[in-house]
Amino acid sequence: MIKIQNVHKSFGPLKVLKGIDLTVEKGEVVTVIGGSGSGKSTLLTCINGLEPIDTGRILVDGTEVHARTTDLNRLRQNIGIVFQQWNAFPHLTVLENVTLAPRKVLGIGKAEAEAIAEKQLRHVGLGEKLSTFPSRLSGGQQQRMAIARALAMSPDYMLFDEVTSALDPQLVGEVLETLKMLAEEGMTMICVTHEMAFARDVSDRVAYFHKGIMAEIGAPEQIFGDPQHPETRAFLASVR
Amino acid sequence: MFDTALSAADLVFLAKGAGMTILVTAISVAIGTLLGILFGVIRVQLGATLSLPLTFFLDIFRSVPLLIQLVLANAFMGMVLRLQISGFTVACGVLSLYTAAYCAEIVRGGIDAVPATTRRAARSLGMSWMQDMRYIVAPLATRIALPSWIGLALGVMKDSALVYVVQVTELLKSTQILITRLQEPLFLLLICGAFYFLISFPLARFGGYLEKRWSHD
Repeated sequence: MIKIQNVHKSFGPLKVLKGIDLTVEKGEVVTVIGGSGSGKSTLLTCINGLEPIDTGRILVDGTEVHARTTDLNRLRQNIGIVFQQWNAFPHLTVLENVTLAPRKVLGIGKAEAEAIAEKQLRHVGLGEKLSTFPSRLSGGQQQRMAIARALAMSPDYMLFDEVTSALDPQLVGEVLETLKMLAEEGMTMICVTHEMAFARDVSDRVAYFHKGIMAEIGAPEQIFGDPQHPETRAFLASVR
Repeated sequence: MFDTALSAADLVFLAKGAGMTILVTAISVAIGTLLGILFGVIRVQLGATLSLPLTFFLDIFRSVPLLIQLVLANAFMGMVLRLQISGFTVACGVLSLYTAAYCAEIVRGGIDAVPATTRRAARSLGMSWMQDMRYIVAPLATRIALPSWIGLALGVMKDSALVYVVQVTELLKSTQILITRLQEPLFLLLICGAFYFLISFPLARFGGYLEKRWSHD
């Protein structure tokens, strides 16, 4: 369970998060929508401790992320994150991209790590690309590789930060299909996205962020069908 | 074709000089590169302000002519510290720091060129700072820095000609000794140049080979 309690966060004078409260249960898929600068991406990088927070608490399975005593390297093994920019390790093959962390961080042997990586890469449809270098892959393939790379650590949670935003339109579908597949398999996910149809289809709950505040959260039918907050209404009207 | 007084023994004498050039260069580039990596990483980690003293120290070695550095270092060791240190040691010491000063800049540039987002992805997978440095930053920065580093190594090799001022008889000094005796400056300089080329060429080719091997496009 991910528990976010009254989290405030600023970058210098800019207040990005102004008191966020959100609990995500095991197996739940929560999508976060909202305009740019609403703080939704920052929230994800706070959850795995890449960014410090000013006040409040974030608990992942009872471990306080920003406590001094927390071993962040250990915590992050259990929280996969995929970014807008796919961030392939360009000097490694697709297979090596995926086996690196299991081998070096978890200490898994080469053969076993390769078996895990191959399974994950097949899962995202890259079974034929194992010895290819990332520069030879399309953006959609690189993004799916990044997803397999995160999954190879067998995390309990996956965070997706606008993973389709940097892709050519015709490549968005293949990545969203991969996310859908994960959701159906019961992965606990928080997805920051601009893909409204995707949010409606896969989410258990949809949260609308506006200027650092979670203005509204609810079932997708409610958020898209009967939004309560005027800002949600305005936002949804603008993206339709 | 033409007459020369150059004997086989003279060629061996030149080869010995070339050997000294290679030895001084190899030692200085090896130590200088290790120090350069250390200084470069320190500069990146500390940031511009905190590493200012280190930057200033390294700038001295980059801005004072090598000839002056060698003469002053030699005089300092002998006359001030009263240490019995060979010219060879002084030459290697000064050239190592000279190499380190330039190498630190190359290393810093290489590390800075690794995208922050790539490093963030590595840390997100649970990698420690050290693992990120070792498996992501080091290989990527090396690829970026290699051409500059090869240039530095070749430069140090040619600059090593100046260590004659601390009584180290390397290739150019050997040539000058022969010129004084044989009075055939152009011919001897031609041979000397050929020696320098033979030393440089494999290193330049090796760099080209690595660059080719590392490009996957």
